[in-house]
Amino acid sequence: MSGLTINDVSMTFDLPNGGSVEALKNINLNIKGGELLSVLGPSGCGKTTLLNILAGFLAPTAGVIDLNGHNVVGPHPERGMVFQQGALFEWMNVSENIGFGPSMKGTPKGEINDRVQELLGIVGLQDFGEKMIYELSGGMQQRVALARCLCNDPDVILMDEPLGALDALTREKMQSLVLDIWKKTGKTIILITHSVEEALLLGERLLVMAPRPGRVHKEYRLPFAEMGVGADLREVKRHKDFGPTRDEILNMIWDMEEEIMGRTETA
Amino acid sequence: MGQEIAELVGSSLWMIVGIAVIFAVYVGVSGLCYFLWNLYSQGREKARGYTSLKTVTFGDESAVVANRVASVAAVITIFLLWAIATGSSLLPFKILPGPHEGGTSFEYTAVNAAGETGKGQIDLLVHQFGEKPDAPAPAAEDGDFAQNQSVTVAQRRKVLIKTQADEGFRFTEIDGQPINVGDTIGFKDGSILVTQRGSLSVEPDVGMTMEALYLPPPEAVWSRFIDLNKNGYQGVGLWENVFWSLVRVVVGFALGCLFGIPLGFAMGLNGWLRGWFDPIVEFMRPVPPLALIPLIIIWFGIGEQGKISLLFLAALWIMTIAARAGVSGVSISKVHAAYSLGATKKQILSKVILPNSLPEIFTGARVAMGVCWGTVVAAELVAAEKGAGKMIIAASKFQLTDIVIIGIIIIGVIGYGIDMLMRGAENRLVPWKGRG
Repeated sequence: MSGLTINDVSMTFDLPNGGSVEALKNINLNIKGGELLSVLGPSGCGKTTLLNILAGFLAPTAGVIDLNGHNVVGPHPERGMVFQQGALFEWMNVSENIGFGPSMKGTPKGEINDRVQELLGIVGLQDFGEKMIYELSGGMQQRVALARCLCNDPDVILMDEPLGALDALTREKMQSLVLDIWKKTGKTIILITHSVEEALLLGERLLVMAPRPGRVHKEYRLPFAEMGVGADLREVKRHKDFGPTRDEILNMIWDMEEEIMGRTETA
Repeated sequence: MGQEIAELVGSSLWMIVGIAVIFAVYVGVSGLCYFLWNLYSQGREKARGYTSLKTVTFGDESAVVANRVASVAAVITIFLLWAIATGSSLLPFKILPGPHEGGTSFEYTAVNAAGETGKGQIDLLVHQFGEKPDAPAPAAEDGDFAQNQSVTVAQRRKVLIKTQADEGFRFTEIDGQPINVGDTIGFKDGSILVTQRGSLSVEPDVGMTMEALYLPPPEAVWSRFIDLNKNGYQGVGLWENVFWSLVRVVVGFALGCLFGIPLGFAMGLNGWLRGWFDPIVEFMRPVPPLALIPLIIIWFGIGEQGKISLLFLAALWIMTIAARAGVSGVSISKVHAAYSLGATKKQILSKVILPNSLPEIFTGARVAMGVCWGTVVAAELVAAEKGAGKMIIAASKFQLTDIVIIGIIIIGVIGYGIDMLMRGAENRLVPWKGRG
């Protein structure tokens, strides 16, 4: 019963001009508890739609999603979300942001405080608890977003391009942090990204999606995430299989993009 | 119609000329001060900080910092121009000639019905407006029919020297210059117009300074301020007037917030309510509150209730729209994040939407306070028993220009003070504003 099952999920949007778009078509997926799944694909392949459906922000036009034996019908603290821009609350300090979930449930203050202190340590922001959000750099803000999500102890963590807005160096550090957290907490993590390298590094399992209609195009099982835990990610990237896999996926996505461009030009 | 428009265009053109002249004087003084300041600060002012290292400053807004020396000099300049234009006694010497004051005289030559020629002397005592001195004794008579006279006249006024009773009497010369009906000729301290009936309309020199009726000198305004402080005006203390205006603004604004903010939230959160209130909000928003004054007076009379209703209406729509904009400004990912963290609708409202819309609400509150302050003064101009606006309209009816000016200065200073307070509160309560 444990795990996340996506049963034949489809999503069709009606367009104002009378037509419709099949953002997702017949998606079937089984995600085990504690799995690290990365999702990759060209723009318009429906990966963000899929994540929003998993989070419960959108209802699919067909199919059901099952988590630990019950249907997903709306947002719930069992499924935490990390957004690209943090979506932090600027009117609260770092600690209040991290403790937001438990405080909504009415958890005692002392308990929240202990939990927040522990998480500040995990994400490397020990001395920043009292700082306001606007005093932090982009990378620090994403650490807060991660900690805020973890503080609520969700079963599944959904990440929507969480590192997309960061510079290359900060991004690499954050990738290590995500791997550490995955290993330490044993959470199920579903991560959407635009970066092929990131998808390779942060996915035990990698889905490449294709557009029109949005569907799973290819699936990989990868060793790199396991290798990357506690290790230098640059070392992992030098692994003999890393480069060829990256090139293969890049070519695949390149072809899809080209197909879309070609279609729009002829249309 | 066509003529009216032509007049409008004509007076607009004259206004352009007038404004250009005033501007040119003010900017000219500014240029002079800048030159002097540069002379003084050469070598003394050491450029400091990062901005001083920028080579491109023209076009870089962040490199432009208000020069506070210029601000101080500008305010001093305004007071100085005021003092010069009114011939203030604060100045060590007169820059513009004032009107003639004190005694003066001229001689006239006249003929009578009998054809005799005689000479007479007119003594004038020019006094300040409002004083009533006695005329000095006329010069001793020389025995001919042309009598000597002594008259008093206020500054900037005229006095008529009539032809003497018997017909055939006619003025022929002033100080030896021949005159005709309709001529205007000068004498040493003024000018004389010979009227159609042959009388002399004597106008002592008016000088170039402004009359206190139009603009009193600064020291007169200051002494009136001291007097107002002590005695008030028409039985109401100066600060009592200001206090009542402020009370109305605060009560009207508070009522506007009390209803406007929840209304704005309701419109931002619910489609039915937005549809329900949209027509009235969109209709009332562009109606200037001043246009409501007549209706408010018909409905509520001229008491406090009417003024507070007016200010309530002035603040209500602004606050409604600000709160609605605040709700629309909440990024959906924050709301999603809060739901994912287990927040209920009530918690989303109080912990996410309300704080997130505070910057917009503060912006609206600043605008609303400004509008309320302007509206209360205008409402008091129309009808009130107490209030800053009432004080100046009552004073204007007695041509007490100094009180009007004091009122305007106080209204300006308080309006500025209100805005500073609101800005201070904003910086304290929404420190994250403008810092993503």
